[in-house]
Amino acid sequence: MKYICLYFQVHQPFRLRPFSFAEIGGGGSYFNEEMNDTILQQIAQQCYLPANKLLLDLIERYGGRFHVSFSISGTALDQFERYAPEVIDSFRKLADTGCVEFLGETYGHSLAALGSEIEFMAQIKAHADKIAQLFGQRPVTFRNTELIYTDAIGDMVHRMGFTTMLTEGAAHVLHWKSPNYIYRAASSPELKLLLKNYRLSDDIAFRFADRNWEHWPLAAGKFAGWLHAMPSQETIVNLFMDYETFGEHHTKETGIFQFLEAFPGEVFSKPGYRFVTPHEATTFLPPIAALSMPQPVSWADEARDLSAWLGNDLQQDAFSVLYSLEQKMQSCRNEQLRRSWLYLQTSDHFYYMCTKSLSDGAVHSYFSPYDTPFDAFMNYMNVLTDFSLQLDKYLVKKKKLMDEGYSSKTRLCF
Amino acid sequence: MKVLMFGWEFPPYISGGLGTACHGISKGLLACDVDVVFVVPKAQGNEDTGKMKLVSAAAVPMPVRRDTAAGFSGALTFFEVNCPLVPYLSPDQFAKHNPAAFQESQHGEMENETQTTHYTFNGGYGKDLMKEVWQYALVAAEIADTNSFDIIHAHDWLSFPAGIMAKEVSGKPLVVHVHATEFDRAGDSINMQVYETERQGMLQADQIIAVSEFTRQTIIHKYYITPEKVVTIHNAVDNSPRTVMPAVSPFREKVVTFIGRITWQKGPASFIEAAARILKIDKGFRFVMAGNGDLLPAMMKMAARLRISSNIHFTGFLKDQQREQLLAKSHVVVMPSVSEPFGIVPLEAIRAGVPVIVSKQSGVQEILQYALKVDWWNTDALANAIYALAQYKGLSGMLARESGKEVAALRWEKQAQLMKELYESLLNL
Repeated sequence: MKYICLYFQVHQPFRLRPFSFAEIGGGGSYFNEEMNDTILQQIAQQCYLPANKLLLDLIERYGGRFHVSFSISGTALDQFERYAPEVIDSFRKLADTGCVEFLGETYGHSLAALGSEIEFMAQIKAHADKIAQLFGQRPVTFRNTELIYTDAIGDMVHRMGFTTMLTEGAAHVLHWKSPNYIYRAASSPELKLLLKNYRLSDDIAFRFADRNWEHWPLAAGKFAGWLHAMPSQETIVNLFMDYETFGEHHTKETGIFQFLEAFPGEVFSKPGYRFVTPHEATTFLPPIAALSMPQPVSWADEARDLSAWLGNDLQQDAFSVLYSLEQKMQSCRNEQLRRSWLYLQTSDHFYYMCTKSLSDGAVHSYFSPYDTPFDAFMNYMNVLTDFSLQLDKYLVKKKKLMDEGYSSKTRLCF
Repeated sequence: MKVLMFGWEFPPYISGGLGTACHGISKGLLACDVDVVFVVPKAQGNEDTGKMKLVSAAAVPMPVRRDTAAGFSGALTFFEVNCPLVPYLSPDQFAKHNPAAFQESQHGEMENETQTTHYTFNGGYGKDLMKEVWQYALVAAEIADTNSFDIIHAHDWLSFPAGIMAKEVSGKPLVVHVHATEFDRAGDSINMQVYETERQGMLQADQIIAVSEFTRQTIIHKYYITPEKVVTIHNAVDNSPRTVMPAVSPFREKVVTFIGRITWQKGPASFIEAAARILKIDKGFRFVMAGNGDLLPAMMKMAARLRISSNIHFTGFLKDQQREQLLAKSHVVVMPSVSEPFGIVPLEAIRAGVPVIVSKQSGVQEILQYALKVDWWNTDALANAIYALAQYKGLSGMLARESGKEVAALRWEKQAQLMKELYESLLNL
């Protein structure tokens, strides 16, 4: 038996509104409600709703043989609840089939793993609670933001009680190793690792609609043929991609939905194949070796490292200012401040500041609401400066209230 | 290959970026093994010419009896109309101008029995400008007739008639190089005679070089020239080693600097308005406006009306040394030009290690990735950018460092190589 593991990433950031330096200290709202609403509605119509419906059909058609998994960021869930609750309902229908695994991630789709262990763990817990509340299952598999992984992150994740974790399997990360096996984390041998088959995943995610690609147009039969031709000793193919691949990155006119619809049938045209979720995969297959990744890896850009988010001065400056507030945030119980803190940590804000797009990566500008990475940085920093002032104000007020409370109880004055 | 070049300015006698650019281009071409004969109206004798041959039009003997203008195409006939407009003088300056200078050389002065004469040139941008441009063209014809060369290259409208004349006489290809157009200098109230001279030069030219895509678009859309005829070759900068001044400021505040002529074209009002926006919120800034121009009094009044005079400083025109000192004190340099064909000030600032903000209506922004860019009229965005550069070290540090690398990579030799290739294509080499 060979296994195919499909995991789809669902994420939307809370994009910031234009925030002038003149507004710093004013405590105005940070997020672009209108833009976030519009984009979410649009993607819900193009992708989430039709793709969910299609997956539901496929699960019903193939019964127990077709399983899929999702990781839905907390920010995306919040936006669904706020702007398009019907999307939550359609994911719930998928959850009810019992054929869908929901993975754990950081609530804010953040880089907290690199900034603060306390914050990282707090966000994972908040996200797991949210998933349990919405879909009735508590995640046992973890995927970090943008598949960012190091041995140290694997260790933290294991300590949080997860048994399985996903990460990138690009050639220059794995060297001679194949991504088509299950590994165990070198730092925490009980944690099993599933690695993205980057070539086959990117054939769908990036190259599917590329008319210059030698395999265009890619029919499901051809793609299934590549899976059937895999070496017999290899046991699992992990196809990891953005869910927005279906209908948004590739519009429905490219035939991406027809591809998805025909894909399981083409795979099943030969016996001995089965679609599994990451957790199921680890129950069927033993890990074959330990894998150590002392340097951070991710699934982004050619470099597959952190350079898309923390590669330049702007990003590093913003990141260090952000996490310098973490200590203060621990004593903050204000709901609105906590929410802003979470949303400001979303990795997308840092991605927009990437200056690689000045020379090559058109991908960055495709996703960015800003004209330039400098605009992204300036706007973010104006917001962050205001946030830091609001936080200070709140803490001063809180301390004053506590002091007053203390002195009224004890009748002591300081 | 030998190029006959016409330009109104050559260092050290310059009033703007034109002379500096001509110098860089000539040196670059020499480095590419192109011989350059550069004709200026009037050489002073202390120019840094190197291997280049500098010819002073004032020193060229001109035959008297020859009716030079006859036989040339009608393209130049409008030049004979005496022009009452002097584009480079304000009315005040015009009144101050010594009328005596006008008398001599009305018809050239008789030299000797061999019937030759010399025209006199002031070589600046004075009252007799139009007449001098015309005389310069006559001298150009004479030079073209008596010298051998392969191609003609004329810089800006003042030397376009010279270029056209030289082409008429020699039949060699003409390249005109546009460093600025009348629309950059005068906005919408353009001098039609200057415009027509520019357009004639562009029409008669075999190829046009624009100093930026910004200028290229002006040439295509406002002079109605076919796009294929216009190529953009950006300016470079002189990258010879410079002494970096220690960054010492007498102020505790952040220093934000504007350097340039204080004229409508340079957008000084945007600078003052942005200053007012920032100072309303944060007094930790000082704004310096260095330069002279017809709008200087108006800008002072504007600052006073906005009640920001205590934090804004008008220095008047600064010499090189003083400019360097100002740059060494500056945290941000702003060029909010309304219309700037290229713009050399930001490059000087970057070489001094200062991050810059440039208007999107400038040519220089095309070659700078690591500069903040705003529309000149968008004073909100300008204020925001100034504030961010002053407050966020990640940004100012990165821009200063990376733009420094960008500017260090600019080379006149590289640009001259492009010009040489253009010459070769015109000569079918």
